[in-house]
Amino acid sequence: MKLLPALILAMSAMLTEAADAPPVAEDPVLEKRVIRLASELRCLVCQNQSIADSNADLAADLRRQVREMLKAGKTEEEVRAFMVQRYGDFVLYNPPVKTATALLWAGPFVLLVVAVAALFLALMRRRAQIDERELTPEERERARTLLAGGGEKRP
Amino acid sequence: MNRFLIPLVAFLVLVVFLAIGLSLDPREVPSPLIDKPAPGFRLAQLRDSGKTLAVEELRGQVWLLNVWASWCAPCLEEHPRLLELSQARTVPIVGLNYKDSRDAALKWLAKHGDPYSTIVTDPDGRVGIEYGVYGVPETFVIDRHGIIRYKHIGPLTAEALQGAILPLVRRLQT
Repeated sequence: MKLLPALILAMSAMLTEAADAPPVAEDPVLEKRVIRLASELRCLVCQNQSIADSNADLAADLRRQVREMLKAGKTEEEVRAFMVQRYGDFVLYNPPVKTATALLWAGPFVLLVVAVAALFLALMRRRAQIDERELTPEERERARTLLAGGGEKRP
Repeated sequence: MNRFLIPLVAFLVLVVFLAIGLSLDPREVPSPLIDKPAPGFRLAQLRDSGKTLAVEELRGQVWLLNVWASWCAPCLEEHPRLLELSQARTVPIVGLNYKDSRDAALKWLAKHGDPYSTIVTDPDGRVGIEYGVYGVPETFVIDRHGIIRYKHIGPLTAEALQGAILPLVRRLQT
């Protein structure tokens, strides 16, 4: 009869776990859209988390906002615009292409071009340093002994 | 000579960029609401929940909107400055009690003093979202035409008040 209290204890532990679980979505399809959209939006409190990942209060509020807007039939574009209107481009993990963000978008490609150009120049310069001429008979002889495995006599 | 010059220049450029990056405050996100009409609301008042206040009722005067909560520690930090400001009667301060309970808010005001001309309540943070609030306290300067002219994020400092907010308020009032 020791089993029963143990069982009750185990179950109560499960219950307390359950209290922490997120609210069950009534509509899994909608919830999936909410999560997908929320994972594109930056949480402003924690900044390095999306509002889908963050446990901050504001992130929960914004998830609710996204859910309500999608439920009301708003498009994802409209939800994004709503967030940008209030929090600025900063909320988007995918920043829009415009003059202020041109460097951000073009920067990696510019760097790539510069790096390739630098590599090319370095290779050209190295090639110029290579001294291409015929070997003298003595050098040829030396190479032959080296290749034959005879080694070189050191003075 | 060249061998050392190029890495040195590259290093200095990097240092300059890092220095700029370090001196920026990543928490200061520029608000897109500046120079836009203050989002409308009609909310219940904290002191008398039977009464409401709407943004339109504040037309014709320059006012501050201060977002605060009793659970917010930095709000206590800026509180003395708000009290001074209200004593000087320079500008009405409307409080937006953000995601707070009425009892806790009233108790907090009774303990620390009440600088607000009116306080409205936003228990579920919806109006906060409209104003792009992401960290309490935040303070907005709103002009006679209901346009947001300035937003201060975080506790009000003496420098922010004397350097930016009060000069702006004076200019808007004349």
